[in-house]
Amino acid sequence: MAEPAKEIVVDPGLDETIKKLTPKKIEDTINKVLTKGAAARLKVYMQTCVHCGLCSEACHFYLSHDKDPRFSPVGKVKQTLWEIVKRKGRVDGEFIKNCSRIAHTECNVCRRCSMYCPFGIDMAYLLLLVRRICALLGVVPQYLQDTVNSHAVTMNQMWVKQDEWIDTLQWQEEDAQDEVKNARIPLDKEGAEIMYSVIGPEPKFLAQLLGNISIIMTVAGMDWTMPSFDGWDNSNMPMYSGDFETMARVERKHFEAAFKLKVKKIVMGECGHAFRGAVYDGPKWLAWKEPPVPLIHAVQFYYELIRDGKIKIARKFEQPVTIQEPCNIIRGRGLGDMLRYIMRATCEDFRDVSPRYEHNYCCCAGGGVINCGPPWKKNRVEGNRVKAEQLKATGAEVVITPCHNCHSGIEDIVNYYKLGMHVKFFSEILVDVMEIPEELKV
Amino acid sequence: MYEFVSGPLVWISFIVFIGGSLYRLCSMHKLAKKEKVIYPYMSLKYGLRSIIHWVIPFASTNMRRRPLMTVTTFAFHICLVLTPIFLLSHNILWYQSWKISWWTLPEGTADIMTVIVILAAFFFLARRLVLPEVRFVTFASDYALLIIALAPFLTGFLAYHQWLPYKTILILHILSGELMLIVIPFTRLSHMLYFVFTRAYMGSEFGAVRNSKDW
Repeated sequence: MAEPAKEIVVDPGLDETIKKLTPKKIEDTINKVLTKGAAARLKVYMQTCVHCGLCSEACHFYLSHDKDPRFSPVGKVKQTLWEIVKRKGRVDGEFIKNCSRIAHTECNVCRRCSMYCPFGIDMAYLLLLVRRICALLGVVPQYLQDTVNSHAVTMNQMWVKQDEWIDTLQWQEEDAQDEVKNARIPLDKEGAEIMYSVIGPEPKFLAQLLGNISIIMTVAGMDWTMPSFDGWDNSNMPMYSGDFETMARVERKHFEAAFKLKVKKIVMGECGHAFRGAVYDGPKWLAWKEPPVPLIHAVQFYYELIRDGKIKIARKFEQPVTIQEPCNIIRGRGLGDMLRYIMRATCEDFRDVSPRYEHNYCCCAGGGVINCGPPWKKNRVEGNRVKAEQLKATGAEVVITPCHNCHSGIEDIVNYYKLGMHVKFFSEILVDVMEIPEELKV
Repeated sequence: MYEFVSGPLVWISFIVFIGGSLYRLCSMHKLAKKEKVIYPYMSLKYGLRSIIHWVIPFASTNMRRRPLMTVTTFAFHICLVLTPIFLLSHNILWYQSWKISWWTLPEGTADIMTVIVILAAFFFLARRLVLPEVRFVTFASDYALLIIALAPFLTGFLAYHQWLPYKTILILHILSGELMLIVIPFTRLSHMLYFVFTRAYMGSEFGAVRNSKDW
């Protein structure tokens, strides 16, 4: 089949780094990863896959590219890992660059495909192995690597310094006090019930979300706190670049903050990948079967607040709304019913999507793909035409995305495909519709 | 020739098949222990839940999306496994050698089942040739494995109906059956051995860790 020429994306993270590679370094790194890092799963998956192609239609990249086989899950594994194994690691820099393009920018490791494989082969795991190889060779899209460097140096994703962090919290606390009397963001309160953690981009450019949580916590009468020190950021980009050592440092720091504050549980903001890192990938790498501190996602937290009557709904949101279900909390944690519960409790006209729950399409931004930055944006939005079509079919005017990656990804799709929708976090709806008790009214 | 392929070579192929399978399963177990995260996550309940969902036709979303493939693949695998075990003439051989025998399929039924395997194999071949997403990931070895699986049934069918020189076809039939047994543990045909384990692991992750369904 004639393959249409691909647009060449310039990314120094790939183009420059491969110049430093030697055949020996590539071969040694690959063999180290394939023999020491991976073992049973890689071997068994390679031996079990019968090349049937049944996983293809699981992938939004494949569907959005008119079923181009290069974008099917097994197609991506074929172009990367199969070749690497077949050639026993004797591949060149250009090949590694291609691997990074495929694994870092054309797969969201959303794991939809593992539900379509008759054998349950975890293709996301295989592509993460490819990312691991690329990361150890230093071949990672530059923007993604920058967030990883930020994590490694500052323990947060956005180079936020401690004084800026505290300053932002205090500024948002003041803002919240305009809405609700006595609204607080208690810092370093030892023995609090809840530690609330967020991702780096919140203080950096979505600070109003911190104000929102202050309003919600105050109205619900929660005993909560946020750390003023490192460990407040629960996001984890090294998990997606393949730098698992840094991933582990970040996860450990997050939990250590909770230990230091002696809290009973962690509530995480509306982010899917952060939740995945804390509940799944992080503990796995650190050899903990479960997270060492009980930990829930914002969707579950809001569900509990509304269910238990701690937050009452004054009036319902009127515009027609639909949802984007983040892979890492729906397919990754089964929160689909709770998400629908809070949607129906707060919105007049909730329009469900199809396919839904575990089978919903990925936002195409998660898995570190959006973090690969502007050079790869076109590739990303074109890779998710199916999502645009799916959202359009609901006829909704607002899309609720309880995840930061989904949020930005869906915003890009909304603009590119001219869907005329607004994208909101759930907390934005909640502060809008909830009842503020008389004594807290300003 | 006939004596050799129906005597020592049968022994060799069964020994290689059983021994090789045990070896592959043991080495998988050893590697899985090394990988540390495999066994702690395994859950009997969710592993079985997943296996059961994937051995029932149309129980998973993807099976419902592709009805023709689902019917074909189930028919193929069921007939491929059951026909040789319950075939009357194979049973007679077991009885002649070891004085053991069990229930057998009526000859007409066995004949139909053989035809099903043959037709399904051609369906798979056509899929590989026609569907771009399958052709893209097809190696020469995929065709070879398909031929290896098809050969004993094609030759068995010809031998039963005695359409070509019987003796030659019979020898080819036995040889191809032995070849299939021998290669199972060492090729992708080992999905026969691994199916339950890969399924159980994914089922455990989806059920116990992710609180969701994998079908």
